Amino acid sequence: MDWQRMLTLAAGELIAPQTAAFALAAIGLNVHFGFTGLLNMGHAGFMLLGAYGFAISTIAGAPFWLAFLVAIVAAILFALILGIPTLKLRGDYLAIVTISAAEIIRLLGRSTLFTDLTGASSGLRGNTYKATFQALSPLPDGTTAIGPFEYGNNLSNGWWVRIAAWALVLLAVLVVYLLVRSPWGRVLRGIREDEDAVRALGKSVYAYKMQALVLGGVLGALGGVVYVLPTSVQPDAMGRAMTFFVWTVLLLGGAATIFGPILGAMIFFVALSVVRTSMRELLPSDIFGPAQIEPLSGILIGVFLMLLVIFRPQGIMGDKKELTFHVR
Amino acid sequence: MSADPTAAPSGPGSPAMASPSTALVGLDPRPGVPKPDPILVVDDVERRFGGLTAVDVEHLEVQRGVITALIGPNGAGKTTLFNLVTGFDRPSSGSWTFDGRSMSNVNAAKTSRAGMVRTFQLTKALSRMTVLDNMRLGARDQPGENMLAALARPLWRRREQEITAKADELLVRFKLDHLRDEFAGSLSGGQRKLLEMARALMSDPVMVMLDEPMAGVNPALTQSLLGHVQALRDEGMTVLFVEHDMHMVRHISDWVVVMAEGRVVAEGPPEGVMADPAVIDAYLGAHHDTDLGDDALLADEVIEQLEHEAQVEEEEHHGKQS
Repeated sequence: MDWQRMLTLAAGELIAPQTAAFALAAIGLNVHFGFTGLLNMGHAGFMLLGAYGFAISTIAGAPFWLAFLVAIVAAILFALILGIPTLKLRGDYLAIVTISAAEIIRLLGRSTLFTDLTGASSGLRGNTYKATFQALSPLPDGTTAIGPFEYGNNLSNGWWVRIAAWALVLLAVLVVYLLVRSPWGRVLRGIREDEDAVRALGKSVYAYKMQALVLGGVLGALGGVVYVLPTSVQPDAMGRAMTFFVWTVLLLGGAATIFGPILGAMIFFVALSVVRTSMRELLPSDIFGPAQIEPLSGILIGVFLMLLVIFRPQGIMGDKKELTFHVR
Repeated sequence: MSADPTAAPSGPGSPAMASPSTALVGLDPRPGVPKPDPILVVDDVERRFGGLTAVDVEHLEVQRGVITALIGPNGAGKTTLFNLVTGFDRPSSGSWTFDGRSMSNVNAAKTSRAGMVRTFQLTKALSRMTVLDNMRLGARDQPGENMLAALARPLWRRREQEITAKADELLVRFKLDHLRDEFAGSLSGGQRKLLEMARALMSDPVMVMLDEPMAGVNPALTQSLLGHVQALRDEGMTVLFVEHDMHMVRHISDWVVVMAEGRVVAEGPPEGVMADPAVIDAYLGAHHDTDLGDDALLADEVIEQLEHEAQVEEEEHHGKQS
């Protein structure tokens, strides 16, 4: 088998737009879970909403930045609607509500009720909303090769989308870094540890949790926008499985760390690519066809997530000491 | 604060002039007695959990600047009253004022900001944060706790330095300074109690409410905790604490309020209230002065008597069931 090709393919995942999208989403989930302790089990809902917000408003004729803003506002509204009834309750309830809310978004998106807007289960084709983004590209047409990576400059899955996506990731990391080392971030970590204690010290816990939910949700929505820019909006591709992938990415890299989500996303997609291609090459194709490889790699991811949480709960970058103390 | 030992017990007319510890001398020791300078006034507060009335306090006043102990048997409603007054629970009916302001229906965070800061029976040290961060979290008026201001460090750096200096000072006072950069989760139970008390002081509260500050603290630390509580009063703070340790209650409190079955059954100075028949009956029991470690208790007659009592009780119990 062609090991060189396999490795190049895997290395390409390091900078793929999909990796950037998951890194962004995981940075958002990190604000929720890692720093504030909010159990958001419906992060894909924020991502799908961001994708819909961006794509639908672009198709309706909005310029790029307006469409971008629509995606952000959609996530803010979704976070408020989720948070107002649930943030007063204990953490587990938020998990239940978010997982159902994300499913509601997906099911509404794929229902025939809004076919004109969302394209129902067949979704929205990428060509219908990519033009405004690609028009922003400063790159000349053509292809560029850097090391083993060779992509078209302005193709829908080319250099421009990679540059923009990773720039956005770095910006998100910077903002989160500035926030979590500030007194604001300290209050969030206090809430993660024990919200009654923080309340007793005179902080409005509810307001802080809402701010964290909104910030993380917006980052999730931006992840969704990045995710659909090189491909298309497919509601069924952005369901529960996607939420669990984001969780895997976060826990792999290390919750409550700054660069954990990025490292987690990179390792996750490189490993996934290696597993898939080597299974395709090594397993007898009469037993394991392409139809079996996909679910099998899904199973491997699930097992991997379990092993991770059991044997290295702090992830790669996390501080083991910080996880030694389990309060509840 | 200088206390003039010759100062006469103050009348209601001159509360500010009196030394706080002498202000309560000569006060009629009965439940709900008006105090010369009350900081917390509770009226007709009732809290029901279904059919159970956990708290039913007609009238209670807590004097400013003294140490008031709240005692009573398990289930007397002490912690529930604490939770109500600090906004962690809502009463079925009733009202109360703190420092002249009505505080009913005010949430916990606002109550705390008004100057009434509490600690918890089960300590709430924020385990996965350092001791220093625990302390800093207790401070007020940090502009960096606003999400937008947090992004610009110059806006909050100066205040952060002030807060850190104050935290260090308190940590030295509570002998926790060598643990400054440790995670709070690695502290012993007694150290966590100290940390929680120190953290509550970061906000310069008007009144501190301590829920069982001595529970689980080893005897070596008890003495220093007692000293800290008295120091708070000497600095002019009002202290209200719930405690089971009678030694502590006798030793440091200026006034004792006794609750049983949700009501205030007695109050008065510590020496007097312990002798009150209602208190002995409700709480202390006939043997309250007996040392349980006393070998005399192991004498055959005593054991026989206890066994007999137990047997009688059991028979009564069976009698009820059949």
